Amino acid sequence: MNYTVDEHGYYGNFGGAFIPEMLYPNVKELKDNYLKIIYEEDFQNEFLYLLNDYAGRPTPLFFAERLSSKYSTNIFLKREDLCHTGAHKINNTIGQILLAIKLGKKRIIAETGAGQHGVATATVCALKGLECIVYMGEKDIERQAPNVARMKMLGATVIPATSGSKTLKDATNEAIRDWINNPVDTHYIIGSVVGPHPYPDMVARFQSIISEEIKKQLLEKTDKDLPDYVIACVGGGSNAAGAFYHFLDNPSVKLIAVEAAGCGINSGKTAATTQLGKPGILHGSKSLLMQTEDGQVVEPHSISAGLDYPGIGPLHAHLYESGRAIFMSATDNKALNAAFELSKLEGIIPALESAHALHALKMINFKKTDVVVVCLSGRGDKDLDTYMKHL
Amino acid sequence: MTSKQKMNNRLTKLFSERKTGILNMYCTAGYPQLHSTIEVISALQNCGADIVEIGIPYSDPIADGPVIQNSNMQALENGMSIPMLFDQLKNIRESIEIPVILMGYMNPVLQFGIEKFCEAAARVGVDAIILPDLPMYEFETQYRQFFEKNNLKFIFLVTPETSEARIREIDNLCSGFIYAVSSSATTGIAQNPADDKAIESQQAYLKKLGDMSLTNPILVGFGIKDKPSFDSACTYTNGAIIGSAYINALKNTSSIAATTKDFIKRIKG
Repeated sequence: MNYTVDEHGYYGNFGGAFIPEMLYPNVKELKDNYLKIIYEEDFQNEFLYLLNDYAGRPTPLFFAERLSSKYSTNIFLKREDLCHTGAHKINNTIGQILLAIKLGKKRIIAETGAGQHGVATATVCALKGLECIVYMGEKDIERQAPNVARMKMLGATVIPATSGSKTLKDATNEAIRDWINNPVDTHYIIGSVVGPHPYPDMVARFQSIISEEIKKQLLEKTDKDLPDYVIACVGGGSNAAGAFYHFLDNPSVKLIAVEAAGCGINSGKTAATTQLGKPGILHGSKSLLMQTEDGQVVEPHSISAGLDYPGIGPLHAHLYESGRAIFMSATDNKALNAAFELSKLEGIIPALESAHALHALKMINFKKTDVVVVCLSGRGDKDLDTYMKHL
Repeated sequence: MTSKQKMNNRLTKLFSERKTGILNMYCTAGYPQLHSTIEVISALQNCGADIVEIGIPYSDPIADGPVIQNSNMQALENGMSIPMLFDQLKNIRESIEIPVILMGYMNPVLQFGIEKFCEAAARVGVDAIILPDLPMYEFETQYRQFFEKNNLKFIFLVTPETSEARIREIDNLCSGFIYAVSSSATTGIAQNPADDKAIESQQAYLKKLGDMSLTNPILVGFGIKDKPSFDSACTYTNGAIIGSAYINALKNTSSIAATTKDFIKRIKG
């Protein structure tokens, strides 16, 4: 089975570039240049320099002793929560901004849900002196005031998306419309492994540093470089794509993707795309999509804004369909419990997104000798308001 | 080009008879009211529109500006869907003679089933389809046969940023007409009329298209709202498409017939 993208942007039955002609020149420019540019030596040098000295990589692979003893196995946490700005998102924004500069772009646009990708984009734009415009759903602006303030302090302009359901999906629509209206000088930084080809592949490559480091670090800490399990949460799926990337062709490594079940898969308030979704097209690619019988996109729900998306990236749809990854889900309450458990056992307050991945520990029967890596994609500071309600 | 693609229908007949000043009017199905679709089509025919383009509402219309987005939301709230639209259109050919085009986004059509969609469209007397987020590669490799089998013309867009080589490729695959987007924008975003440079470059782009001797006729869309913008769009091409401005006019109308009459009078003079 092949898990890399083909020349037309497909992973098996999913992917492609379903874009209106107005976006074609921009997307083609990216498609024709991204691989050439990102593997140039000077690009790689600057990318790795910024990942290390600015974002704080490599992030630790921490052996969680008390958690391991509770689940009678060997659990390592990949500490993406220790990245600058508090999540893995910055790996991708550094990569894409360097690429945008190479392409001569002067203006950066992005969409954001909870604000983590918006903050990571605003941060690197400030570092590089580029104009930054972030689209954010009007409802999310109300819910995520601290991240809005961060983006403004970093010099970004935050534009409320007032169309449709006024959340992440609509912020993405507005960013796409901005790109249509500014076809020459603007680069659109998509924050996840979604969107038209080459975005899913490009973002996965920038995030693949996560699994590259896991392999090296595991070899140092254990006697092998392949874990038995890699567990990550999936909204659009960028941290999962990064954590799975270098293990995709090693079938002995079980890949576990955890979706947000919200109030429960059949509650009508959920974001468990593989459980409820059907093949469909949103934001320029064919993937699994939560939608009505008439093909209207359904508004998802999750306690974690970062998982509150009605689709998943086409790579993940392919991993699901082919059986390469096992998809599970965690409800809002299960995720909260997992977050409190990690806080008390290991002194690490995880992001609500990452807490979904932690819940998978309860659903798998591990062997005592198993090596389990959980991608701790972000830290929980941004979720304190939610956590405080449940203390 | 296959023989099927050359098959005539109302749309090709119109372009073989008329070369200039063709007015294509757009309205979202189920807007302003769920059951006003037919009334709008009739009013447009009666007032002299040459083609009517019916939009299939979608929750995420990324190529559209705020006016058409809102009409999509309104139509969905009104209860519009593809099965309902085909039901509304089932007897149109008893009274409507002008070409009818359906415009929509891929996802609702995909859920309905593309083959079934093409068959239903042909059955009610639709002449052509516009799906702006169906690119050439997927059209050619997966879906072209369904449109051709049902003698539905398939219309592609070009923009000022589309290269000449790609325009030729599009012209090869396109049937009916080429939809020339007047500026790089979402629908309803008009050029600033005070900006002479923008108008000049738009005219140069349309002239370039006109001079390319393409197989397909060309209609210009996006930002056309009155007689000057209509006339200007028609200078080098076969006609123009009006959407957002008409949707705006229908917003609070008490008489679709009267509003349509006034609107088209302002365009045609």
